[in-house]
Amino acid sequence: MSEPATLPLVASLVDAPLPASGIAWLDAMRRDNREVFVAGGLALARVEAWKYTALRGLARRSFADGDEAALTRAVDPTTLALPGVEGARLVFVNGVFRADLSVLDALPSGLTLQPLSQALHTDPDPLRFVLSRRHYEADEAFTQINAAHARDGVVLRLADHAKIAAPVHLVFVGAPAEGDLAWHLRNVIELGEGAALSLVEHHLASGEQAHLATVVGDIELREGARLHHAVVQQAAAGASLIRRTSLRLQTRAHATLHLAELGGALVRHDLRAELIGDGAQLETRGVFMPHGRQHVDTQLAIRHQALNTASSSVWRGVASDRARGVFRGAIVVAPGADGSDASLNNKNLLLSGSAEIDAKPELEIYADEVKAAHGATVGQLDERSLFYLRSRGIPLAEARALLTAAFCRAVLDDLPNEALREHLSALLIAQLPA
Amino acid sequence: MLKIENLHARVEGKEILKGLSLAVNAGEVHAIMGPNGAGKSTLGNVLSGRDGYEVTAGTVTYNGIDLLALAPEQRAAAGVFLAFQYPVEIPGVNNTYFLRAALNAQRKARGEKELDSMQFLKLVREKLKVMQISDELLHRAVNEGFSGGEKKRNEIFQMALLEPQLAILDETDSGLDIDALKHVADGVNALRSPDRAFLMITHYQRLLDYVVPDVVHVLANGRIVETGDKSLALQLEAHGYAGIAERQPAGASA
Repeated sequence: MSEPATLPLVASLVDAPLPASGIAWLDAMRRDNREVFVAGGLALARVEAWKYTALRGLARRSFADGDEAALTRAVDPTTLALPGVEGARLVFVNGVFRADLSVLDALPSGLTLQPLSQALHTDPDPLRFVLSRRHYEADEAFTQINAAHARDGVVLRLADHAKIAAPVHLVFVGAPAEGDLAWHLRNVIELGEGAALSLVEHHLASGEQAHLATVVGDIELREGARLHHAVVQQAAAGASLIRRTSLRLQTRAHATLHLAELGGALVRHDLRAELIGDGAQLETRGVFMPHGRQHVDTQLAIRHQALNTASSSVWRGVASDRARGVFRGAIVVAPGADGSDASLNNKNLLLSGSAEIDAKPELEIYADEVKAAHGATVGQLDERSLFYLRSRGIPLAEARALLTAAFCRAVLDDLPNEALREHLSALLIAQLPA
Repeated sequence: MLKIENLHARVEGKEILKGLSLAVNAGEVHAIMGPNGAGKSTLGNVLSGRDGYEVTAGTVTYNGIDLLALAPEQRAAAGVFLAFQYPVEIPGVNNTYFLRAALNAQRKARGEKELDSMQFLKLVREKLKVMQISDELLHRAVNEGFSGGEKKRNEIFQMALLEPQLAILDETDSGLDIDALKHVADGVNALRSPDRAFLMITHYQRLLDYVVPDVVHVLANGRIVETGDKSLALQLEAHGYAGIAERQPAGASA
C-alpha cells in the first residue's frame, strides 16, 4: 500500500493553501481538520460505510483548488430555472457565489439568505458553534477536506413563526474550466420555532467537466418547524459529487425530503437525520437512476432519540447499462425513544445484466413500544407486465419506460409541488435507456 | 385472414404444438376446444408473440404477412388482439393512460393521427356504453384490485377500444359466474362484424351458448383432431374429451 499522502488526489488537496479568514476560531478549525485529513488520508476503503464505493479511480486524479475565473464563467440564467420554483435564488458556480445570477431582492420577511463568504465577513459569531466542529471519524475524510477548504456556501435562517410559501432555490453549477477543479461548499440552514419553508436544492452543469465537489450541510429545525426539501441532482456526466447533509429535528418538527439522483460519475450522499425532540417527524423519498458507468451511493442514517418520533423512508433505485447503485438505510431507535415509528421501504430495479445495486437496510431498536418495518428488494422489470403492454401495441422501449416510471411513482407521488413533480417525472423517463 | 400451417412450437424444450393447421376467414367466429394440456393457451401465446415460445416448424400467415416475424407490438398494430386468460395487474400505471398510450401507439405505427385527450375520452365513453362498464375502473391502475370478472370485462373493453381485426380470446370464460359470462358474451357479440374474426379458446362449451361459433375445432395433443360446426361443441359437452387424443388429425385422410 502506498502512503496516503502520495495519492495524487490527496496531494492535490493538501497542496491547496488554506483560506485565511482572519477569524481565529475559523482558521483554527480549518487547520485542525486539515491536519486530521493529512494524518488519515483517504483510508476510506477500510471503512464499512465506504465499502461499496471504490475511490481508486478518483484517488489517481488531481484537481486544481477552486476557480479563480468563477465570477466570469458564462452561465445562461434560463438554464437555472425549475418549474414550480419561483422564490429567492442563491447561485454558486464552481463553488463561488454569483450575485449576478442570484435573486435576493425583496426577500420575504423573516428570511435571511446570504452566501457564507458574506456572512463570515459581516457577522461570523452566530456560525461559530456549527462551524467549529472537528471531524475525527475515519469515514469523514471528505468532510474534513470540506471543513478545511470551504470558502462559501448557503447561510439561510428563518425567523420564528415565519412561513415562506414560495420555494427558496439553491443552485450549484459546475462550469467547464481549463482543467479539473475541486471546490467545496458549506451550507447552514436554520428554521426557527414554528417556521415553515420549502427549499429546492439543484445541482447541475453548464457544460461537460470532471470536477470534484464536496457539499456539507447542516439543517436545524426548531420546535414545530416544517421543512420541505427537494433535491434535484443533475451534475455533469464526468463530475464527482460528495455530499453530506445532517438534519436535526427538535420537538414536533417535521421535515419531508424528496431526492432525485440523476447526474454525476461518482456520487455519494450521506444523509443523516436525528430526531431529537419528542414527536418529531421525518419523511424521506428518494430515487437514484444511475446509467452508463455512473456510481451513485446513498447512505441514509436516521436516529430516533426522543419519544413518539416517526420516520418513513421510501427509496427506489433503477440501474441500467454498467451502472452501480448503493443504498444503505440505517435506522436506530435509541434507548428512551419509546413509542417511535420507523419504516423503510427500498426497492431496486436492474435494467441490464451488467448493472448492480447493493441494498443494505439496517434496523437497531433499543426502545420500547416501537413500530418498525423495513425491507429492501432488487429485481427486474416484470416480463408478464412488459408483454401485456406490448400485446396492446406499446413498443418495448415505451413499455419499459412506463413500468419504470410506475416503479418510481411511490417516491414522487406525495411531492406537493405539482409542477416540480411533473418535471421530475419527465427527467426520470428521459434518463431511461432507449 | 389467418392461415396456420403445420405449426410446431416448444415451451422450455417441450414440444406442445405438433403440426397444427387452421384457417380463419374475416367475419368468422372459430372456437378451439380441447382438454387441459392440449396446447390451447400455447396457441394464443404463439400467435401474440410471447417470449419463451419457440416455433420449430410451420407458418402463420395473417393478411398475407408472416405473423411470426413481427414483434408483439407490431402484431397489435396490425390488428391482432389477445384477451388474456390471466390479465396482469400493473400497479402505478393508470388504466386510462395505458389505454390511450396503447391506442395511440397502434395508430402511430399504422401512420394514423394520434387522438388527443378529448377525442380519446369521447371514444372511451362510447365504448363504455356498449360494454356496460363503470368508468370507475378507468381511474384505477391497470387491473389492480379488479375482481376476476372485472379483469375479463376490462379485456373485452380494451378489445372494443382497440378494434382489432383478429381477436384471440384465451379462456375468457374461465372463472366467471353466469352474469359476468353473459356480460362478456354480449360484449363479444356487439363486436362481431364482417371484417373481424374471432378465435375463442375454451375448455367448456358454456361460452358457446352465448357466442355462437361458425366453426368448432378440437385441439388435442398439439393438433386439430376434429373440425365441425357448432354441433361439435354439443357432442363434446355430451361425451367429454375422452378418446379425443387418439383421433387422427382433421383432414389427414383427405
